[in-house]
Amino acid sequence: MDRTPGSPLLLQLAAALPADGLIADAERLSPYASDGLSMYRELPLAVALPQTAAEAQSVLRVCHAAGVPVIARGAGTGLAGGALPRSDAVVLSLARLKRIVRVDPLARVAVVEPGVRNAAISEAAAAYGLYYAPDPSSQIACTIGGNVAENSGGVHCLKYGLTVHNVMGVRGLLADGSELVIGGAAPDASGLDVLALLIGSEGLLAVITEVTVRLLPRPRVAQVVMASFASVEDAGDAVAGIIGAGIIPAGLEMMDALATRAVEDFVHAGYPLDAAAILLAESDGTADEVADEIARIEAVCRQHGATSLTTSQSEAQRLKLWAGRKAAFPAVGRITPDYYCMDGTIPKKHLSAVLRRIAELSERHGLACANVFHAGDGNLHPLIFYNANQSGDLERAEAFGLDILRACVEAGGTITGEHGVGVEKLDAMCVQFVAPELAAFHAVKAAFDPAGVLNPGKAVPTLHRCAEMGAVHVHGGQVLHPQLPRF
Amino acid sequence: MDTLASQIEGGAQTARVASPEEALLADAVRTAAAEGRVLHIVGGGSKVGLGGVPRGSPLSTSALSGIVDYDPAELVVTVRAGTPLAVLQGELARHGQMLPFEPPDWPGATVGGVIASGISGPRRPFAGSVRDALLGVRLLDGRGQVLQFGGRVMKNVAGFDLFRLQAGAWGRLGVVLEASFRVLPRPESEVTVTQRLSAAEALERMNRLAGQPLPLSAAAHVGGVLHLRVSGSNAGVTAALSSLGGDRLPVDVAAAFWASSAGLPPAAAIESDASVAAPLWRLAVPSTTRSLAAEGEVAIDWVGGLRWLRSDAPAEVVRALAAGLGGHAAAWRGNLACPVMHPLDPVTAQLHRRLFAVFDPHSVFDHGRFDAA
Repeated sequence: MDRTPGSPLLLQLAAALPADGLIADAERLSPYASDGLSMYRELPLAVALPQTAAEAQSVLRVCHAAGVPVIARGAGTGLAGGALPRSDAVVLSLARLKRIVRVDPLARVAVVEPGVRNAAISEAAAAYGLYYAPDPSSQIACTIGGNVAENSGGVHCLKYGLTVHNVMGVRGLLADGSELVIGGAAPDASGLDVLALLIGSEGLLAVITEVTVRLLPRPRVAQVVMASFASVEDAGDAVAGIIGAGIIPAGLEMMDALATRAVEDFVHAGYPLDAAAILLAESDGTADEVADEIARIEAVCRQHGATSLTTSQSEAQRLKLWAGRKAAFPAVGRITPDYYCMDGTIPKKHLSAVLRRIAELSERHGLACANVFHAGDGNLHPLIFYNANQSGDLERAEAFGLDILRACVEAGGTITGEHGVGVEKLDAMCVQFVAPELAAFHAVKAAFDPAGVLNPGKAVPTLHRCAEMGAVHVHGGQVLHPQLPRF
Repeated sequence: MDTLASQIEGGAQTARVASPEEALLADAVRTAAAEGRVLHIVGGGSKVGLGGVPRGSPLSTSALSGIVDYDPAELVVTVRAGTPLAVLQGELARHGQMLPFEPPDWPGATVGGVIASGISGPRRPFAGSVRDALLGVRLLDGRGQVLQFGGRVMKNVAGFDLFRLQAGAWGRLGVVLEASFRVLPRPESEVTVTQRLSAAEALERMNRLAGQPLPLSAAAHVGGVLHLRVSGSNAGVTAALSSLGGDRLPVDVAAAFWASSAGLPPAAAIESDASVAAPLWRLAVPSTTRSLAAEGEVAIDWVGGLRWLRSDAPAEVVRALAAGLGGHAAAWRGNLACPVMHPLDPVTAQLHRRLFAVFDPHSVFDHGRFDAA
């Protein structure tokens, strides 16, 4: 396969697509060379930009017949390299499938194409007092198709769930172009829960061409409490105290001192600079519900030694308090040339221990680390500082990152809470799963895509790779599905 | 548990270590596979009547009993599959918590059966289904291997969600040995109000209310009466009640009503009349679907998304009705000579067959309920 104009593959793809629907020159391919994990770059063979599901189907048929890998792509905001191209693959961009097919306010359902931006769904539903709940931080840019591929979360998922809890059905295409219809506006499709399997499958099982999402009534009121603590332990205890009191906050976020200072310098959200950790706890609902819940959250924070408490008294103040948390990543980006964002999840009770471990690792690897958490669901985002222009720094950052993920698994947690595995966490997968489980993932992939055309090499490491890193011992003949290729 | 480093150095990562009880089940599965026999997994047997007569020899999960890990502040409970549901519910209640999806608590029901059947109760449109609350499972597959998917944390996107796939799989992919659920605090206050309305009026009203920021936790229509339940803080419930109106049901009457409606038509005396009444169908449809009274609808639940029909019509007719409405129909009770599950389209059916082969290549596990695939 080559990118030469006039190659048979490119001719067939061009015939399947609108006039401007195929990119195959290096200059215009360049924006597609990476996704949000920009440390990895590769130019694909071509980028196909269909405008309809039928055109996407034709692209799949052409590629399937030619044995050319297909990498589906939304807005390219993913943080794990799930949409990273390969030089022998066609990138199938769903960005032009961006119609909102319908919003049904009475049934509280929206049907949208995969290229519709996450935030655009809520915008379309706003007139009816409804919204789409999952709100990943990239929501103004990321697409619902990408959210389905990654099972994206957001700061409100403790109360409102992840993508998997808010998507009711999908239409899609298998690798060979056959049409798949799973679920819809009626609850619980017949048979196995294939929908749950597709959501978060990182483009390995199917290409999504339409999504039916559940819309929720927009809460009338929201208020946020910002509490500072003299130690991370106190803040962690306050988190346990809030949940233990029977409160499910709409958002519950924690930041350590390094992150807090970086943010305060950047956006002046009013965060205290002397706190070891700050907590943001949001309540939403009716006025009565919120007043009651906020009073209880404040009481729990005081009980656990909060050194200061600020409760938003206006929508402007609420947004200002959140602006700091939402700017955490760019704020850190101002004080280090590069940072590497991790995404482990742990049982909340091990928060202090894991943070101590991260501090030790930070010293051992000689790299600083700021910590930002979705505290309510135990999802950590340690931000490792490094300098890509300094030789060996990236490798140290990656080694530090893998050590953090090991610590998460040791604490009973997981290597990725919401960003996905992509290419980034293939090694960490070897730490979390045993060989027969990885083999089951490969077999499920083969059940959907026997030819291995869709996003090959992502999300699930080969057993050989795990054996190389010493995490899985593969004994000849004892491995599941010996017929599957292991690279 | 050993540290991870020693697990890796010790080579334990080749496989999960089975407990003695799990090892016995694994032996039984391997033996059945070798002898070409079929097993049907039995918990408490409370759902045996759903889905026809089980095939093969029983494989009991009763030795897998007990709560493995529960820390209320984590909102996560890990429990062995043979644990009676009532035991789990009792322990959660002692800590002011509950399973979000309100499963039917039929006598003898076990946690494994709750997962296998995937039947969610009246709270489902507001708090999610069985699979929504599932965070991870330990599974014994058809080769007798112990596999672990998901985990004990709220957010986890490592690997395909093969744990959620077990909810509603009726044991076709393996024996769930242990599972972790997300739990919720029990609401401080819970009140049910009723209002006499036609089915059409009730459908309109419940759908409209579900689009408003009210602490609704159930909405059903039975016997010409709309039942609305609100749950939450005292302040929130009081405020909601003033806007809803209707007659307040006594607490015990309301509790009995909703308990009976989990997995069955609300307040229907199913067991006693099963021999005389027409077959019972469970239809999942878009929530704003018209009243199906003319087709035998006896109850509406899930804000209109779930319809219970009693109908003597041929199975193809009921299924065509459901499919035409954008939904599907399960043959729930009665002597129905048809597959239990709504038939699958050819593409989905082929995926099912391949997934069965992944987990159960020797067809050890009873597949009667999946005849449609």
